[in-house]
Amino acid sequence: MSFISLLWVLLLGSLLGLELIGKVPPTLHTPLMSGANAISGITMLAALTLIVKAEGNVPLLIIGSVSLGFALFNVVGGFFVTDRMLAMFSRKPSNKK
Amino acid sequence: MPETVALFNGCGGMSSLLVALGVAIFPLSSGQENFDFFKSLINEVSISVSIFVGAITFTGSIVAMAKLQGWLSTPGWTQSKVRHFVNIVFAVASLIAFFDLINGNSSSIWLLVIVSSLLGIGVTLPIGGADMPVVISLLNSYSGIAAAAAGFVVDSQLLIVAGAMVGAAGLILTQVMCKGMNRSLVSVLFGGSLSAQSTTSSGSGEYTNITSCSVEECALTLEAANKVIIVPGYGLAVAQAQHTLREVTKKLEQNGIEVVYAIHPVAGRMPGHMNVLLAEADVPYEQLKEMDVVNPDFPATDVVLVLGANDVVNPQAKNDSSSPLYGMPVLDVQEARTVFVIKRGMSAGYSGIKNDLFDLPNTSMVFGDAKKVLNDLIGELKDLGVGEK
Repeated sequence: MSFISLLWVLLLGSLLGLELIGKVPPTLHTPLMSGANAISGITMLAALTLIVKAEGNVPLLIIGSVSLGFALFNVVGGFFVTDRMLAMFSRKPSNKK
Repeated sequence: MPETVALFNGCGGMSSLLVALGVAIFPLSSGQENFDFFKSLINEVSISVSIFVGAITFTGSIVAMAKLQGWLSTPGWTQSKVRHFVNIVFAVASLIAFFDLINGNSSSIWLLVIVSSLLGIGVTLPIGGADMPVVISLLNSYSGIAAAAAGFVVDSQLLIVAGAMVGAAGLILTQVMCKGMNRSLVSVLFGGSLSAQSTTSSGSGEYTNITSCSVEECALTLEAANKVIIVPGYGLAVAQAQHTLREVTKKLEQNGIEVVYAIHPVAGRMPGHMNVLLAEADVPYEQLKEMDVVNPDFPATDVVLVLGANDVVNPQAKNDSSSPLYGMPVLDVQEARTVFVIKRGMSAGYSGIKNDLFDLPNTSMVFGDAKKVLNDLIGELKDLGVGEK
């Protein structure tokens, strides 16, 4: 992957984010934020890459593992909180009947 | 809940930081084969950015969490000019470390880590109160940027896309909230918390005309009302009184009283905090009205119940051009016939500014914990036969 095409990916990703998020109503901004937060735990992949490429380098393995731990905490916790928030929203229609 | 979000966010930043650090200390084997200057430059820049933003995200989020939990108050010196100086020093130091690193001096990476961590603390510490949701969503955006930078470090498209998306999303949310407060992002970041200037200008005024009333009077007025608007704030979330509030409003509705909730864009400590809180208590979606929709309704409203909100109902924002709140859009609760403010004491809101609303003749204070007052209110309403079939 050349650097330029990576830059393109960055640009398009930002535009995608702007386009997607701009349409979400303010009511859902909290779950949206916490969901986006969980997605930022995607650094998990970077941590995994690091571990794979460590090839027996012990300090690097340790750094990668700690990083993986943080990222996992971010992803799991983030989605858990988001799910709990969304559950609060979805309960309503059934109650209104 | 905002504090857990902040905590998770910090972990994401930390993760990106560690990845970049790992790559910096032990260069990946694949990067070594065809060495060229341009490539290594990109590599070093992305490592630096990832470390810089990651560290700010981490320490900033931890500080934000501690402040939201009440573990940490805003220290006095952070409100003075000193903090600009300190932060500029940190920023310059991190820039030096940044260029040093690109020049091949790999030991300066530790300097970068330390200085950007300190910068994260220094920037977040002075911010408080109503600006908190802005900070949280900004930090969220940072963690996305950190992830995108980490994506450049390990050459992963997926990381870049996801990181960029999160970064953009956080920025939009930040923008939305800044608009809600009529403040620019710059003034939130560098203006510190509002209280600094207020104590000298308009905060000196004492309350002269406070009317305090009992829960019973409040219940009587509510019973006679046709239209009631509830203004929830952070205090409601702290007291966890949303379910009790829902019971009160159910009773009122059964009596044919129209109940609407007025949601200020920055009520609470997160974007949409109140919406989540009320949704948890099964408040119907349609009853939640945004500020612009509900403001024209206040003159035709009999009773407004302000629950744990303060700065968002301060008429100073409209009337007093010397007030630090001036220009911030607020809910015009004072237009209603009667306003009840349920509040634990006379302490100022998070901005530390006196609320002129409390002095108005049509405002009555009901002192007490929101949950306890609402529970008493249910009892009183029961005695009045409200909501009984």
